[in-house]
Amino acid sequence: MTFTGGSSDSFAEVDAPARSEALVEERELLTGGAYRLSPIAVASAIGMLIVVGLLSATSGAAGLPVTGVLSSLLDHVPLIDLDSSLTIRQESVLFQIRLPRLVLGMLVGASLGMAGASYQGIFRNPLADPYFLGVSAGAGFGAVLAFGFGLDLGWGPFDAVPAAAFVGALLAVTASATIARGPGSSPGTLLLGGVAMAALFSAAQTYALQRLDETRAREVLSWLFGQLSTSGWGAIALLGPYVAVCGAVLLAHRRHLDVLRVGDDEARSLGLDPARSRMIVIVAASLLTAAAVSVSGLIGFVGLVVPHMIRLMVSHSYRVIVPLSALAGGAFLAFVDIGARTLVVPSELPVGVVTAFVGAPFFAFLLWRGKGVEA
Amino acid sequence: MSGAPDALVCRGVTVEYRKRVVLSHVDLAVGAGEWLGLIGPNGAGKSTLLRSIAGLTDHSGTISLSDGRTPAATDLALVPQSPLLPLGMSVAEYVLLGRTAHLGWLARESRADHQIASSVLRRLDLERFARRAVASLSGGEAQRVVVARALAQQSPLLLLDEPTSALDIGHQAGVLELVDDLRQSDGLTVIAAMHDLTTAARFADRLALLHEGELIANGPPQDVLDANLLSQVYSTALSVRTIDDELVVLASPRTNRPTRHTPPERT
Repeated sequence: MTFTGGSSDSFAEVDAPARSEALVEERELLTGGAYRLSPIAVASAIGMLIVVGLLSATSGAAGLPVTGVLSSLLDHVPLIDLDSSLTIRQESVLFQIRLPRLVLGMLVGASLGMAGASYQGIFRNPLADPYFLGVSAGAGFGAVLAFGFGLDLGWGPFDAVPAAAFVGALLAVTASATIARGPGSSPGTLLLGGVAMAALFSAAQTYALQRLDETRAREVLSWLFGQLSTSGWGAIALLGPYVAVCGAVLLAHRRHLDVLRVGDDEARSLGLDPARSRMIVIVAASLLTAAAVSVSGLIGFVGLVVPHMIRLMVSHSYRVIVPLSALAGGAFLAFVDIGARTLVVPSELPVGVVTAFVGAPFFAFLLWRGKGVEA
Repeated sequence: MSGAPDALVCRGVTVEYRKRVVLSHVDLAVGAGEWLGLIGPNGAGKSTLLRSIAGLTDHSGTISLSDGRTPAATDLALVPQSPLLPLGMSVAEYVLLGRTAHLGWLARESRADHQIASSVLRRLDLERFARRAVASLSGGEAQRVVVARALAQQSPLLLLDEPTSALDIGHQAGVLELVDDLRQSDGLTVIAAMHDLTTAARFADRLALLHEGELIANGPPQDVLDANLLSQVYSTALSVRTIDDELVVLASPRTNRPTRHTPPERT
């Protein structure tokens, strides 16, 4: 008995002319399900975003009721007029504190998730992540120079901090990639090269911080730890355009990542120029990482954990992993941030610390299982 | 040589790797619809020549199509020796990769691309494998799928790099017969690096014998498979017999000569 992987066999016995045309169509495409991003997966990810969003908006010191938050949000939608049950003070907590932080968390999480998924594809290494490639540390060093010392590489539409972070990020990823191409390298070499770069750039950060006066150093340090606390919508206005542009570039190139899964030589014989794809994707992913680091400091493991969970639960195809990593990354970081805000009331944990608490054991598990370090 | 026009011409193809010459001034032409077998001992340059033709190795000299162009992925498809079968990729997805060369930089596969991949799957009796993971296939099945991907590429030239060296004798014949059928039905031109000389003689119209990077014989199997020449090139005594009208190359000759003890060849 053979398995035809569809319902076409049972249809074949039905002798209905009206159905036969649809049947031919159905039988024609054996590849219909290939690389498909299922609407259920997208809907689930969006559902997660909404649930996490409501949870985040309603948890915290000033407890806001769910119905109040919902009615107040709907009230702000054009053409909908609802009486919000929130007080003016509650409204300002929602719109000036909770929502900006929530949206920022989602954007940063989406950035890191997409950047991580893209690095994994381009390096054919499912353990690649902005943090482990040294990209975050490189971006952090650049940002410290811009923040603390007023280094201004800003040009055109680019602000000083993201520009410096981008330069640092590109330096780090180029160095890691170069190490990984050396003679006698193995898949693990890329990550070890990343560790070396992360150590180097962290040391450079520490050195730079020491040259600052104490107050300034403390400020920079607390940003560097990874934090999402902001005042208002400024950081979102800064990060948003990067997410839009780099995200679009990465989404547009996700088919290339699937072609690259057969290796550079085969990809080239199939008609793809691996070097060109790699350069575009690395620049976009690094710029996205740099922008995220500029507004939120170093937040590790999002780019590792999120694409990996999607690979385990949904698909190995980057056409699925990249977009879902954006949605799930946003939900993941916003969720973790609820913990960062509420676990040690009245103070706050840096969100990077919480992602490490979650991500490091997961990473350790992947290494222990040993299946991770192959494409 | 057949009277067909040349599908591909190599002139003075030379490859150096770390200052060592691995391929030296190879001049070779393949007629359209012909099966050219590249033979020679390990390290003779068979794979290097194939990789040069596929554009995967830097070389000097020229490799051109009948119209003078350098071949691209739409002109030739490669079946590699040990293809990388990505974890979690389905057979359908793998075969669709063959359409890459026909897609624009940011385009996705159209319905036509899906139809081409589907018809290739059907033609190669791979329907029931469409949803299976490529990494879970047996050696013979996997090689069929790789051939399917090459066919989906719809290139008139098919390059095979010892495509059956990992298969048992039954699957070897199966894959090569499949390629031969396709060659005849679709008018493909085949260039195949082949390890097994008997198999090479059976399938190829013409054999090119490489030795230490040089082309030392090029012609129909009965001319190239000369016992003396082969014994020299492979540094071991070989004999060539005809059994049922087919050439068979044997490594254990029944001669009176004392067996020569040579150190085992590195593979």
